[in-house]
Amino acid sequence: MAAETAATPAVLHVDLHLIHEVTSPQAFALLRERGLSVRRPDLTLATMDHSTPTRTAQVFGGAPITIESAARQIRELEANCAQFGVELLGLTSEQRGIVHVIGPELGLTQPGKTIVCGDSHTSTHGAMGALAFGIGTTEVAHVLATQCLLQRKPRTLAVEVDGTLQAGVTAKDLILAIIGRLGVAGGTGHVIEYRGATIRALDMDERMTVCNRSIEAGARAGMIAPDDITYAYLATRPRAPKGAAWERALAGWRSLPTDPDARFDRKLHLTAGTIEPMITWGTNPGMVVPVTGTIPLAGPDAAFARAVGYMGLEPGAPIRGQPVNVVFIGSCTNARLSDLRSAARVLRGRRIARGLTMLVVPGSQQVKRQAEAEGLDRVFLEAGAEWRESGCSMCLGMNGDTVPRGEYAVSTSNRNFEGRQGVGARTLLASPLTAAASAVRGRVTDPRELL
Amino acid sequence: MEPFTTLTSRTVVLAATNIDTDQIIPARFLTTTTRAGLGKHLFADWRYDERGAPRPDFVLNRSESAGCRILVAGRNFGCGSSREHAPWALLDHGFRAVVSTGIADIFRSNSLKNGLLPVIVDEATSGWLLAHPGAELTVDLASGTLSLPGGARVSFPIEAFARHCLLNGVDELGYLLSRSSEIEAYERRA
Repeated sequence: MAAETAATPAVLHVDLHLIHEVTSPQAFALLRERGLSVRRPDLTLATMDHSTPTRTAQVFGGAPITIESAARQIRELEANCAQFGVELLGLTSEQRGIVHVIGPELGLTQPGKTIVCGDSHTSTHGAMGALAFGIGTTEVAHVLATQCLLQRKPRTLAVEVDGTLQAGVTAKDLILAIIGRLGVAGGTGHVIEYRGATIRALDMDERMTVCNRSIEAGARAGMIAPDDITYAYLATRPRAPKGAAWERALAGWRSLPTDPDARFDRKLHLTAGTIEPMITWGTNPGMVVPVTGTIPLAGPDAAFARAVGYMGLEPGAPIRGQPVNVVFIGSCTNARLSDLRSAARVLRGRRIARGLTMLVVPGSQQVKRQAEAEGLDRVFLEAGAEWRESGCSMCLGMNGDTVPRGEYAVSTSNRNFEGRQGVGARTLLASPLTAAASAVRGRVTDPRELL
Repeated sequence: MEPFTTLTSRTVVLAATNIDTDQIIPARFLTTTTRAGLGKHLFADWRYDERGAPRPDFVLNRSESAGCRILVAGRNFGCGSSREHAPWALLDHGFRAVVSTGIADIFRSNSLKNGLLPVIVDEATSGWLLAHPGAELTVDLASGTLSLPGGARVSFPIEAFARHCLLNGVDELGYLLSRSSEIEAYERRA
């Protein structure tokens, strides 16, 4: 809305503000304190995902939510949305889901939009060519009250990937490899643009998996230029523009891609063909190796010793074959329909290892219904996995879906920080293929052995 | 918000690199609907054992840490999630400044909005600070300088508008609201 000056940041107008139960209550409280209203309820959409239950009886059957503070957050979001006139896709809505899954699914996420949400994985929406980033709760209040944010212009980082991904290597492996190269602070202060033939060949679900994890390299936003794949994805979405409005929007979107001679502050180049299925061994997303590789013998600082100690792993040992207790298929990184299909491809006709717990948590209620229509739920259940209602679930364990202390989880989620999936939980991040293969064997497994 | 002008305090050192917001405050404490009282959960899984008893070897549990208002940490402090509960917990515990060679973007932005000053320093300064826990430092926001024991001064970058807000104890919301008519005009054009 207004450009930055030396004294003042730019005033950025927000086209879509997504809110959820965990980072919004204190923002609504601030509005109340100041006697303010929500400026643009029409550009605001609320849902609940972070602390919501995933058990059907609790979502639809009226069974009590065991964590009382989580139940209170849900009630508070309902009350806030009712009072301030914000549309809420509530607990039993058929359109509810993880906030970063439903935005694109509904067609609200569109090229060129500015999109914010009180969640760092808002970068997901950049897959559509939107400028999308996570904000804190004070900023949630700013956007609710003024529809604007104060922002300094970020630096630019081009991540260019060329070549073809090998069979069994997915978008998750690609972004894990990128984070491994950039490090967890490599993108700080930057917006990433993912470019190159490999990126162009990804479908929308895969592009979302890549952009989702920009924050894991420290970049608040990551984006991919919109193209015919983007437009085809959006054309049938319920809240995308229709008719003449669609044609007008499309003409605008086609003007968005970066100029061919654009200059970036930094560039990183990767060759897709050399990337293997990747898995993390440590306690940040940059601590990653090929599934065929070994745990490093040393690291750059004391964090290495702490990480191998926390993980209970031996430097120099192969990661493949490491026993696994829990497998989680879910999260805003990998819980879209294609991710579930990918896991089901490995599990069809197989059983998960004895004693292993496997949770499959779809990214949204719509993903759940589509998966059920294809019979994927039967594949998971017959394999011995649990099939849940949508939500963030075991990605951060706020709703009580946690990994027990000391146990190893191969997880399709986004963070392997100490305690992220439960106190003392040991997380290994991987693709849905690798997670499913590891569930079958009960050990970290190269998925190509089961494809 | 309380104005931030100068701060003199001894330091607490957490030398680990890449301290993420899940360590600063684990997600299970995020089911609150207020911002008050989060200090007791600060670094909960490092600070307390399985039974909830303080771990005597963790720095915040040691008597010399009492009253310290400056946290010195390894590079890339505050990475990970956008939870503003992280600066709320640090502030509630009593910290007013975090010093590191690098501070993650969202955490830095959240800190500035709550009066927790992110102080980014060079490797040499950071190395000295990490090696000298308990050093008494003075942060002067107006000049953007950090004074070390012995009188050495190093400057740190701070965004001009954030500094203005902190020095005067005003928040950005007032400024955004003051531009309402421009926002309205922009929305009519859009």
